[in-house]
Amino acid sequence: MRVLLPLPVVLPLLGAGLSMAAARRRWLQRVIGLTVLTATSAVSVAILVQVDRHGPSAAFMGGWRAPVGISLVADRLSALMLVVATPVLLAVLVFATGQPGTEKEQPAFHPVYLVLAAGISLSFLTGDLFNLFVAFEMMLTASYVLITIGGRADQVRTGITYVVVNLLASTLFVALLGWIYAATGTVNMADLSVRMAALPGGVRVSFALLLFVVFGIKAAVFPLFFWLPDSYPTAPTAVTAVFAGLLTKVGVYCLIRTQTLLVAPQDRPAGFLLVIASLTMVVGVLGAIAQNDIKRILSFHIVSQIGYMVFGLALYTVAGVAAAILYVLNQVILKSTLLLVAGLVDHGAGSSRIAQVGGLARRYPILGWLFLLPALSLAGVPPFSGFVAKLAVLQAGLDHRAWAPLAVAVAVSLLTLYSMTKIWGGVFWGEPELAAEPTDPTSAAWGATIPMLAATGALVLASLALAVFAGPLVAICQRAAADVLQPTAYVHAVLG
Amino acid sequence: MSLVLAAATALLFSLGTWLLLQRSLTRTIIGLGLMGHGANLLMLLSGRRRGVAPFAGSMEGHQIADPMPQALALTAIVISFGLTAFLLAVAYRSWQLTGDDLAEDDVEDRRIAGLRARLDDEEVADQEALAASQEDSP
Repeated sequence: MRVLLPLPVVLPLLGAGLSMAAARRRWLQRVIGLTVLTATSAVSVAILVQVDRHGPSAAFMGGWRAPVGISLVADRLSALMLVVATPVLLAVLVFATGQPGTEKEQPAFHPVYLVLAAGISLSFLTGDLFNLFVAFEMMLTASYVLITIGGRADQVRTGITYVVVNLLASTLFVALLGWIYAATGTVNMADLSVRMAALPGGVRVSFALLLFVVFGIKAAVFPLFFWLPDSYPTAPTAVTAVFAGLLTKVGVYCLIRTQTLLVAPQDRPAGFLLVIASLTMVVGVLGAIAQNDIKRILSFHIVSQIGYMVFGLALYTVAGVAAAILYVLNQVILKSTLLLVAGLVDHGAGSSRIAQVGGLARRYPILGWLFLLPALSLAGVPPFSGFVAKLAVLQAGLDHRAWAPLAVAVAVSLLTLYSMTKIWGGVFWGEPELAAEPTDPTSAAWGATIPMLAATGALVLASLALAVFAGPLVAICQRAAADVLQPTAYVHAVLG
Repeated sequence: MSLVLAAATALLFSLGTWLLLQRSLTRTIIGLGLMGHGANLLMLLSGRRRGVAPFAGSMEGHQIADPMPQALALTAIVISFGLTAFLLAVAYRSWQLTGDDLAEDDVEDRRIAGLRARLDDEEVADQEALAASQEDSP
């Protein structure tokens, strides 16, 4: 079991090295990338099965036991995140291989993509706060390269905003690590959760809030989301899909992990989080309504949906955190799918601006279905998986009698439906109002290829499967939430 | 000693913040660098035990310094070094493309500024029309 734990990090890193050596042979790079991510997905499933059966497990790098060495820890939450994240990375890579442009022209794409995968896996698995910083830097450095990979003017402009904001967040993270080490003398998360209790109340609360700010920037919660809607849409489609599906969710995962493991029950800023969650939902959806480009609309919806996850977390009950976890898993798949569809629209019509596209449902019926199913799911229409997740959040809120955020959540869900019908009416029905001027020069005049459609279709099927297997999924999310809120097993696995 | 270092950290953070708020990309990058140094210095300061360097033979009878924050700060320095290089490359690309190194407004800001300018133009046109009609009918 312990042998499995480093694999989701080691395999992609090894693959990145090999892929770099094979820079001149694109087919070899593809074989390496697809093999590595398939293997990582299999390993993730194995980890989930083991962890669900036997409880949290920890591995110690270099044989140095915690709290001295770096520990990798898998519990149900991190295993669940891995199991959803790696197949999505695989599907998006398949999409990228079929897409003209970036993947074919840039030898750096495959290695950097695999480093991104390794960084994401490491941030789910690490049990050490400083190692989490390193994992973030791996993931972010790869994302900096991917977001500016074409070197076009708009990519450089938005890339700079993205890099500067994230570097600032990282600097704050380093400062926070310094304070935490000065106060407690450790950066191991399990050890910290024990030692935090001895600190004075004010220090504990300020650590809780600082942790929230550091990960809130990555998760794009209100008011720290401003960098997201501008920077995501300019990257190549496959890159945007991975960013939309995974990067912000890594932030949410860290919020869930740190706010429960490192923050004692009496210090948890529940009321503050509820206000932030409501504002994130509202501001995100209102921003989406004001947009007229599919990718920008969807980018604002990323922000809005983060609000639901923070809402679930802010309740700090098993039902609430379970709902938040379910919501994260669901959104990883939905957001990647929708952004891939937006990329397909870009390819089919030469533009992703609503005014320049129209009548796609008649020309490409498959594309219509590929958009319709996840869009309805995103808006929370039954019987799709988005409905299950939203219902779980609302029920948890109802149990907790958080009326104001509940009302906001329901209203925002209606506005999300409005926004999806706006895309549907403008892009799939009706006629284009303006002549298309390609937003992305590499995307014009190419139809969708088989790998692109297959990857998107597989993700749509995966999101449908989440609804079909909602029962067992909710059950495992609840077990994960119970673990997270009562981390004795986690701490025991690390400290022994 | 600690007080001097703490003051230096504060100074680096405040200078970094000031530079970060400038429009010029070069200043932004230098600002980020200074803040990074501030954070690394803070990390070093967080060492809880002072003492001599752990060289073989020199540490008998002495307490050695806490090596952990030094290792952490070293990692952070390497990372921020690489990222500064990357950011400089992007800034150079931006200079190649636009000819200056000023950070540009984002799309949304430009859209709103465009709307604002159009409204202002209409207002000016209305006022001119009003003035003209008043001149016509004294």
